[in-house]
Amino acid sequence: MNVLEVTGLVGAGAVAAGLLGSLTGLGGGIIIVPLLTLVFGVDIRYAVGASLISVIATSSGSASAYVREGYSNIRIGMVLEIATTLGALLGAFLAGYISTSAIAIIFGLVLIYSAYLSIKPREEHALAHESDALAVKLRMPNTYPVGSEMVQYGVHNIAGGFGLMGIAGVLSGLLGIGSGAVKVLAMDHVMRLPFKVSTTTSNFMIGVTAAASAGIYLNRGYIDPILAMPVVLGVLGGSLVGAKILGRSKPRSLRILFSIVIFVLAVEMLYNGATGKL
Amino acid sequence: MAQQVNSNPALIEVQEAREEHQIEVIIGNLLRICVIMVVIVVGIGAALFLPNNSRMISDYRNFASEPAALRNVMGIIHLALSGDAHGIIQTGLLLLVLTPILRVIFCVFAFLYEKDYLYVIFTLVVLGILMFSLSGG
Repeated sequence: MNVLEVTGLVGAGAVAAGLLGSLTGLGGGIIIVPLLTLVFGVDIRYAVGASLISVIATSSGSASAYVREGYSNIRIGMVLEIATTLGALLGAFLAGYISTSAIAIIFGLVLIYSAYLSIKPREEHALAHESDALAVKLRMPNTYPVGSEMVQYGVHNIAGGFGLMGIAGVLSGLLGIGSGAVKVLAMDHVMRLPFKVSTTTSNFMIGVTAAASAGIYLNRGYIDPILAMPVVLGVLGGSLVGAKILGRSKPRSLRILFSIVIFVLAVEMLYNGATGKL
Repeated sequence: MAQQVNSNPALIEVQEAREEHQIEVIIGNLLRICVIMVVIVVGIGAALFLPNNSRMISDYRNFASEPAALRNVMGIIHLALSGDAHGIIQTGLLLLVLTPILRVIFCVFAFLYEKDYLYVIFTLVVLGILMFSLSGG
């Protein structure tokens, strides 16, 4: 294929990824790598580089929409970012030493987990108003709006959340994804934050985490401008259109469809990784 | 009346949360402007590159790393200033990587303003890690 064909087709695929990602709330980044490697035969290192850049684009581009939706907790975000950025550095470092087949297999497993999470209904914990002593010491408890009222929420298990965020960072740096699913899991289930707070804080953290590995990718030569160009523009365009169509409602049928797509891609990644084709 | 309201600690906290939210709205809009700039820069690079190279065969099957000039900040800016399309697109991508870093820098000042020095330190640690990565790791 020549440059024009690749740019057009990759761009169209990226628009679809961004659209599905924003309609389902899963982010488009997770299917960019399978799309580039399985459909276009791109080396996984170039694919991961382009994907990571698109993750930053959606995080920064959608920040103002997220701010309107909820209240992020910058203190919690900043403490956890120490874990995600260190993890991302480690992940990006490891990416240079692990075989591409192993990366494909890890990617497949993460995809299966994401497919599972996307069909599982997200349940809000009974919110506790009290917090752990450490959280209080770090001034993390805050308020968020429920209807017209400001309600206080508690913060729990910072160590557990910190550890899980480290893992989210490693996956982000290794695979070029936002790891939003793991981040939300850490804040929803381990630290027991309200949805409105965890979703917005996660969006804030995804961009910073990705930026921590982007520098290393750039220096390793994983970021090809001609390949990244249609990916970034396509994902941005697709997610903008998606946000316009639906606002923030995420229909369940679409989530199930997307999770089937993710599952099929996961099996392909696992197969190609195991047979050494990627 | 006003004094009574201010002496209620719960209300002061609510006020703080609202102020923090205001700052986030400003940062959110700032980031969007940055992303629009990125789209313009990348678009210019694409417009320069595609008409002259559309028939070139593209092959990403084998990883061969990018040329040295496209792998570090100074090299990229140098290339872009010479009008090279690869350099211009890469500059756009570099700007994109800078947007979350800008957000963190903004937080340093927000915490300084609140005189929350512990969090100034936390934020500087994150900023240090980001700079370490960007400078080549």
